[in-house]
Amino acid sequence: MAGIISCGAYIPLWRLARDAMAAAWGRQSLGGERSVANNDEDTVTMAVEAAFDCLAGVNHDTVDGLYFASTASPFREKQCAALVATAADLRAEIITADYSNSLRSGTNALSAALDAVNSSSVHSMLVVASDCRLAYPRSDYEQSFGDAAVAFLIGNSSSPVATFEARYSISNEMYDVWRLDKDVYVQSWEDRFIVEKGYIENVHKAVSGLLKKEKLSPESISKAILYAPNIRAQQQLAKALGLDVQKQVQDLLFDRVGVCGCAHALLMLAAALEEAKAGDTLLLASYGDGSDAFLLKVTGEAKSKDNKRGVKGYLASKKPLPSYEKYLSYRGLLEPQPGEPFRLFPSASASWRERSSSIRLHGSKCKSCGLVTFPIQRVCYGCQAKDNYAEIRLSDRRGTVYTFSLDNLAGRSDDPVIPQIVIESELDNARIYCMMTDCDPREIEISMPVEMTFRRIYEGTGMYNYFWKCRPVR
Amino acid sequence: MENIKDKVAIIGMGCARFGERWDAGLDDLAIEAAYEAYEDAGIDPKDIQACWFGTVTAPAIGIGGTHATNSLKLDRIPVTRVENWCATGHEALRNACFGVASGMYDVVLALGVEKLKDTGFPGLGTGRGMGPVLEARRTSPGSFALIATRYFHTYGLSQEEGKTIIGKIAVKNHYNGSLSPKAHFHNKITLEQVIKAPIIAWPLGLFDCCGNSDGSAAAILVPAKQAKKFRQDPVYIKGIGMSFDSLLPHTRPKFDWLTWNSLVDSSQQAYQQAGIRSPREQIDIAVVHDCFTITELIIYENFGFSARGGAKGDIDAGFFELGGGLPVNTDGGLKCFGHPIGASGLRMTYEVYKQIQGKAQSPERQLKDVKLGLSHTFGGPPQVSAVAILGREPG
Repeated sequence: MAGIISCGAYIPLWRLARDAMAAAWGRQSLGGERSVANNDEDTVTMAVEAAFDCLAGVNHDTVDGLYFASTASPFREKQCAALVATAADLRAEIITADYSNSLRSGTNALSAALDAVNSSSVHSMLVVASDCRLAYPRSDYEQSFGDAAVAFLIGNSSSPVATFEARYSISNEMYDVWRLDKDVYVQSWEDRFIVEKGYIENVHKAVSGLLKKEKLSPESISKAILYAPNIRAQQQLAKALGLDVQKQVQDLLFDRVGVCGCAHALLMLAAALEEAKAGDTLLLASYGDGSDAFLLKVTGEAKSKDNKRGVKGYLASKKPLPSYEKYLSYRGLLEPQPGEPFRLFPSASASWRERSSSIRLHGSKCKSCGLVTFPIQRVCYGCQAKDNYAEIRLSDRRGTVYTFSLDNLAGRSDDPVIPQIVIESELDNARIYCMMTDCDPREIEISMPVEMTFRRIYEGTGMYNYFWKCRPVR
Repeated sequence: MENIKDKVAIIGMGCARFGERWDAGLDDLAIEAAYEAYEDAGIDPKDIQACWFGTVTAPAIGIGGTHATNSLKLDRIPVTRVENWCATGHEALRNACFGVASGMYDVVLALGVEKLKDTGFPGLGTGRGMGPVLEARRTSPGSFALIATRYFHTYGLSQEEGKTIIGKIAVKNHYNGSLSPKAHFHNKITLEQVIKAPIIAWPLGLFDCCGNSDGSAAAILVPAKQAKKFRQDPVYIKGIGMSFDSLLPHTRPKFDWLTWNSLVDSSQQAYQQAGIRSPREQIDIAVVHDCFTITELIIYENFGFSARGGAKGDIDAGFFELGGGLPVNTDGGLKCFGHPIGASGLRMTYEVYKQIQGKAQSPERQLKDVKLGLSHTFGGPPQVSAVAILGREPG
């Protein structure tokens, strides 16, 4: 029976107080805060973070595939899964696919992964859901949405965290929330229609269908992980299903993160697993153009490893975004004064040649003298041996700041200070030159511990360019 | 390997007025320096047998020697464009020197020209080096500031102490610049102004950074034996050193950001050729690559002007000021004279040449009895260093 081998999460560092968003428009605040992806993050970069969190302690070469789910892919045509898999340093001989266009695409990908594992076409499949939806400025959705990613490694394991016992799906055609192919912002119909005829009716159908199929009563559920557009709708649904709202319903994470699109149901599942006990029965239900319901049996613990943060870890690690205007600028909704023009423009073929260094963050380890250098050097800096090296992954290794500068020329005008960093990696003291992100530049000092994070560097020649930055260890 | 010492002499030099030359393009700047050099050497442009033309930022796929020939109408002679980061001016000089030393040519022109102020922005731009992704946001101040941070850390200097030490270099060079009519900046500044200036790339502030200027400089070189046919006070090339570090400093394993092999090698090569054992005592003037104040400081220590970690003591004692034991950047340096990249190596050489001849443009900064002088550029991420040593007398 296919189960969860491991799971991981990612919540961006920056949180914006809803009071600040409301105050900007003279509106009522929904209270609490939402997560905001940095200006160098998108659903791909957040997916890479969640993938690394999930794969901590797992040999990346054992992963047979990656499914990426998002309603906010940075590409209309070009697969995100292949990019995420490369940045996560998975093998090339794997299955990759994108699931998109629906709030349900996260659990669509999960279902497909279960099918792939159950049919023995793969041993394991990494499912990564990541979302960063744009709501109209001033709207309630702008306050209620959040940005996050989550990853599950699905496979057959002798010691899974949880196994999937049953599934039940409903498909439903309606305009409730949607984006046309030309839309930037989420559109929606009247709220009562969305909640009553869309959300509650469909999720109720899926969950009750599942319970009926498995001959289970609502009381037998230890925790119901119910996606919802807001807390009120979740409580309405829970009551309609005969669940105890206080004891049986998993926290929506509304106050601290917001509702993170197609990643949200799975993010809540990851949070639930961090608190679950062996033997618990979990109910997972998503929503979007229908509903997917799953029944899980908790068999082990979502082990907390030193280098795994999970939902709990990322919830605790946060900084306040200073202003609503920064949010608008970070999402490209407000165009600040441009910074200095770039002198170098990317090339698809050059980037492709350098992908081992720039996307996988591989360095070269000389087989003659052992020196590790980044980026990959064909002729060894230490002993001049030619083409005699092994590629080694530096992305999941920490390092310390060897030297730094705070550059006021290089930045975007909404983030004018670019910390230029030389890192000494814990792996054979390899030096990496990169920028630091997610930091307060005033806190940077020599010997400060840092970790690597995959980011969007800049846009040019019609392409998004990705590379690694460092950040203070979260 | 042979020694270049006393094989080649400079018989004429020219240097344009540096600054924001909205009135002058690349061609105008080339004409300004070259015609001063012709006049200084007392030659006709038609006497030039070959030209090495250095410029860095000229746009387009390649510009070759076109700007030199189009502007100066150099007539059917070999023209080579050279580019080697900020060492470009010295590279024009070095290659011209070897062209003469080989016996191939008798009168050659080394020309360095840079037009920086047609870009619409004040710096050199963002995104440097070889990689559009790996070095997407690298800037010059951002890279050189890495040296300062590490230097301060290594020697246990607080931010304030560190900024004070390098700030004194800016004060010195601004004073010298105030005495240089052709310099970009002529304003004297105080240490307080340096320390309180806006930050460009921490820890470097505005006054730690050199001027972004337009300019050009030129030299006429001939075989040393023929030099006195042209003038009574030719200046002899005593040594030329050049070295390139084999990897970007940012990614160089175990690199301490203090000992720069390219600086050490290039100076040692030139010292050996010139027969210099104790540069601190033997050299009378040095015009070095102060693109940022911290750069001048590490040059003191890598060139053997100061002991390792000893720059502070020498700076405090005024050792590198006009009246000091070894005056450095007597014309204001890159800091105040300005840094039109491809021209700088020749501009620095111009200052040494004039000082040796006792013809510094302003008498207040003319040093006494200059026998031996050094000019130097340091370029790239940085990675390349070039040194020229000039002398008053052969032998």
